[in-house]
Amino acid sequence: MCTLVLPQALRGLAGGAKELDLDGATLADVLDALAAEHPVLARRIRDDQGQVRRFVNLYVDGSDVRHCGGLEAAVAPQSEVLVLPSVAGG
Amino acid sequence: MTDVLLAIGTMKGLFLARSTDRSGWELSELKFPMNAVYAVAIDTRRDDPRMFVSATSEHWGPSVFHSDDLGKSWVEPDKTAISFPADTEQSLERVWQIAPSQAEPDVVWAGSEPQGLFRSTDRGEHFEFVRPLFDHPHRPDWGAGYGGAAIHTVLPHPTDAQRITVAMSTGGVYRSEDAGASWSASNTGVQVIFAPDQYPEFGQCVHKVARDPVDPDRMFMQNHNGVYRSDDDGHTWNSIADPLPTDFGFAMVTHPRRSEVAYNFPIIDGGDRVPPDHACRVFRTEDAGASWTPLTNGLPQDDYYDIVLRDAMCTDDADPAGVYFGTRGGQVFASADEGENWAQLAEHLPGVLCVRAAVVG
Repeated sequence: MCTLVLPQALRGLAGGAKELDLDGATLADVLDALAAEHPVLARRIRDDQGQVRRFVNLYVDGSDVRHCGGLEAAVAPQSEVLVLPSVAGG
Repeated sequence: MTDVLLAIGTMKGLFLARSTDRSGWELSELKFPMNAVYAVAIDTRRDDPRMFVSATSEHWGPSVFHSDDLGKSWVEPDKTAISFPADTEQSLERVWQIAPSQAEPDVVWAGSEPQGLFRSTDRGEHFEFVRPLFDHPHRPDWGAGYGGAAIHTVLPHPTDAQRITVAMSTGGVYRSEDAGASWSASNTGVQVIFAPDQYPEFGQCVHKVARDPVDPDRMFMQNHNGVYRSDDDGHTWNSIADPLPTDFGFAMVTHPRRSEVAYNFPIIDGGDRVPPDHACRVFRTEDAGASWTPLTNGLPQDDYYDIVLRDAMCTDDADPAGVYFGTRGGQVFASADEGENWAQLAEHLPGVLCVRAAVVG
């Protein structure tokens, strides 16, 4: 079971939790598990087509998933999946 | 005593203003910080009003919330309130319009970017995608205005649930007479200035359409260059721009009860987006567009360069009617006497995207 680490802005949608333990062999699996438990929170990360939102960055064990498989990035039982907002806005 | 609620959607969140005399206003703290609020609605069809807010975070995407306690607390349903089905290959960017239907007690319509229409039968908690409009053969040729490719206006007929009018930038006006099962472009007489064919079947950049409160077949339109009126439920449109100082602008609002009364905030042109004469003036017609009167009492008349966006003007339902508008520069002005006199309600807000007002007590 991996650990999903949430930014401050999203913790309120997980009952205040900083981290969530989720099952999944890929990032997509993990986010599907998140959607089953916390559907509103999951929508903050992925759009209607299941794609990671443009200004949301996801890291699996420190690697930006955009450069290592995207939603198919492998996730190990002890992995840390970090959610961070990118630099955006004005 | 009349308790009026004014919802002010801005580029960086929502403000609520309350007043019992429409002279002194209490402005709330910022709600939904860092969310652009493109649409608000106050559904007063029941004794217990329900508010809606469309909030879009640059990071976390779009959401629609509702409140049954006049904005003290907000609910976002677990199931996606508004979303595009997977086979459309589209994702919701933002909701531009939330429109309760007067003809059907629990029906709420919503228009979105990209161009999509959604219908709720449970008072706005869950929405269904209106597929026939998305499947319209014109859709591949609909475009995006500067603000985005959006259905920004949804006008359900007040007594006939079969008839719905929508407007989009760009694309124009489309109408259904079978509750959304089929749709027809309805832009006869509406000019485009940005294409060789100036009177196409569709493709117009409509900025706003408002319906007359007494004669629902009469509608007023602010187009991208052009101000029009329809007297036949949108089948045909005729220019009413001549008495106005310019034919460009975004906002168009009708009176809550008086027929033939509409409000407009002219802008010089698409290439010169400041008010004519650099004066802050609302124009009102009381004869369905045959004449327009500038309303200036209490509004800044010198060196004024701010403008009003398409949903940033509204009326309330009090008597006499209140009129409100917010500007891109973050000012909000209010009139408690149908536009005769104005006072500044707020300043230094983020840019105002939308306002809606209603008597709530």
